[in-house]
Amino acid sequence: MFDYKMKLTPEQEAILDGEKGEVMAKVMKTLVLYGDAFEAEKMVPVTATMGHLVTSFGLKVMKPIYDLMDTLIDGGALSGQKFTVDPKPLDPNVPVNFLQDFVFKKFMYSEQEAYDKQLAKLGLQDKDAYTCTCYMDEVGNKPQQGDILSWAESSAVVYANSVLGARCNRNSGIIELFGSIVGCVPYFGLLTDEGRKAKWIVEVKTTKKPEAQILGSAIGMKVVEDVPYIKGLDQWLGTELDGDTCAYLKDFGAATASNGAVGLYHIENLTPEAKEQGESLIAEGAQVYVIDDAELERAYRNYPVMWKKKDAAPKLCFIGCPHLSLAQLKEWTDRISDALRDHGLTKVTVPTVFTAAPGVIEEFNKSYHAARLRNTGVILSYICPLMYMNNPLAKSMPVITNSNKLRTYTTARYYKSDDIVDIITKEVK
Amino acid sequence: MKQFKGRPVVAGTCTAPALVSHGGFNTLASFQGALQFGDLPVIGNKYKQTECDDQNNKDLYRKPMLGKALCLPQTIGSTTGGMILFTANVMGKCPACLLFSEHIDSLAAAGAALSAVWSQSPMPVVDCLGQEFLDTVKDGDSITVSEDGTVTVG
Repeated sequence: MFDYKMKLTPEQEAILDGEKGEVMAKVMKTLVLYGDAFEAEKMVPVTATMGHLVTSFGLKVMKPIYDLMDTLIDGGALSGQKFTVDPKPLDPNVPVNFLQDFVFKKFMYSEQEAYDKQLAKLGLQDKDAYTCTCYMDEVGNKPQQGDILSWAESSAVVYANSVLGARCNRNSGIIELFGSIVGCVPYFGLLTDEGRKAKWIVEVKTTKKPEAQILGSAIGMKVVEDVPYIKGLDQWLGTELDGDTCAYLKDFGAATASNGAVGLYHIENLTPEAKEQGESLIAEGAQVYVIDDAELERAYRNYPVMWKKKDAAPKLCFIGCPHLSLAQLKEWTDRISDALRDHGLTKVTVPTVFTAAPGVIEEFNKSYHAARLRNTGVILSYICPLMYMNNPLAKSMPVITNSNKLRTYTTARYYKSDDIVDIITKEVK
Repeated sequence: MKQFKGRPVVAGTCTAPALVSHGGFNTLASFQGALQFGDLPVIGNKYKQTECDDQNNKDLYRKPMLGKALCLPQTIGSTTGGMILFTANVMGKCPACLLFSEHIDSLAAAGAALSAVWSQSPMPVVDCLGQEFLDTVKDGDSITVSEDGTVTVG
């Protein structure tokens, strides 16, 4: 028996004591230690229907994780709920050269097939459950307001907390699976009313609608892991969570979570808790951060360009990190098509990949936009751009993106969406 | 010589040279190169000492992290963070200890808990050392960590 502070129910104590086997006991012990680090008083039941895991990639180097998964499976410690998982790292539709193909399949992701099988045994929803935007209607893992989740994937957690009003801590990979296995999570942080109060007031005073990815990045870098209460953004986004606004908040939140460690934001007059509780969500002594045009430009100009040759011509463009919504896919299709027509071209001049969830792609392919997109030469994929780029071969490649998350973790160069459209639809000089 | 009293999240002892990050430590961005390519003879040379791969961390970028007393405010970034720390720990590619000036964050706490339960040699983790600790400690300072969370600098 180890010394712990948390108060457990008799059932939880029994698991810890090994009533359901040694492996389940170790799973529970890990969660108790995790909760004790935050002085969590208790465990609370996971109430959401499904889980979401961050680890989708069969990287050869992650052997300790696969060994752990085998231990769980052999010990009968399977997930008590179905789960979705982040996108796959490979897709034959996405262009790779001979060397990349060899390195990806034979070296880097050589464990992908075996890992997919492990996920299926542990409780994966189905073969199409690979996406970072599991909350899309077309995917179906969309929690209700107030649900307690055991999720990881920073962009999904911040979306579920902020836009859907669910409750989830910024759990790490493996911990989220452990919560789904035992059916409970430590009660601390973003699960509590107190933990959802804002320590920052962000005043948006821009003269036009801010680029979601830059606004999120600036806020993430400033508040780091704290909760911001954002004023003035509703003048640009309105007060209803429609498709366009949710897509904006998806991209904004991903930038706050990757450029900082934001797990929850409130937007005045827009997000569910801010609408219900207003400024009572702001903690006493909250600091103030004012964002105007100059501050956004400062953030943008400070992004380092990691290309070896700074003025290299881009060789690949990724749009969709996090994965695009159905509406975004259609909008991007129209933007690219119209821009190509304006420039007297039919195909994009930089190989370009749009990424979205398998379920979203399926729906998109039923629309007339699918043929329109194919005509532009853009590739549509379910891949994870981050995993695709997470290797030295990609590092030497000049890739452009409008994703601040992709910029943060790779050598991809960030451009504003309007600039991206311009670059990929004009003749290369 | 100066002492700071923190909270032992994973109790343990060690002595190691300090490596200091004044900003948030992005675990995935920092470890991704070292974990994937540290063993490769050609492209892995620069990662052998677990060089930090986070281009946004001006304090640590391209500095070796292996066997160092990593002093930091908190970790940030991808929620793979905890499992990356656990993997680095099991593979012997981790810092000697993690010393947080602030309260440990949820990703690092996950890595600490996973290592404590599932690894043969978990690294000591101490948090709540205070801003003065981070203001005082410099790269290369000798750090000694005690079981009770006392950290001696110098």
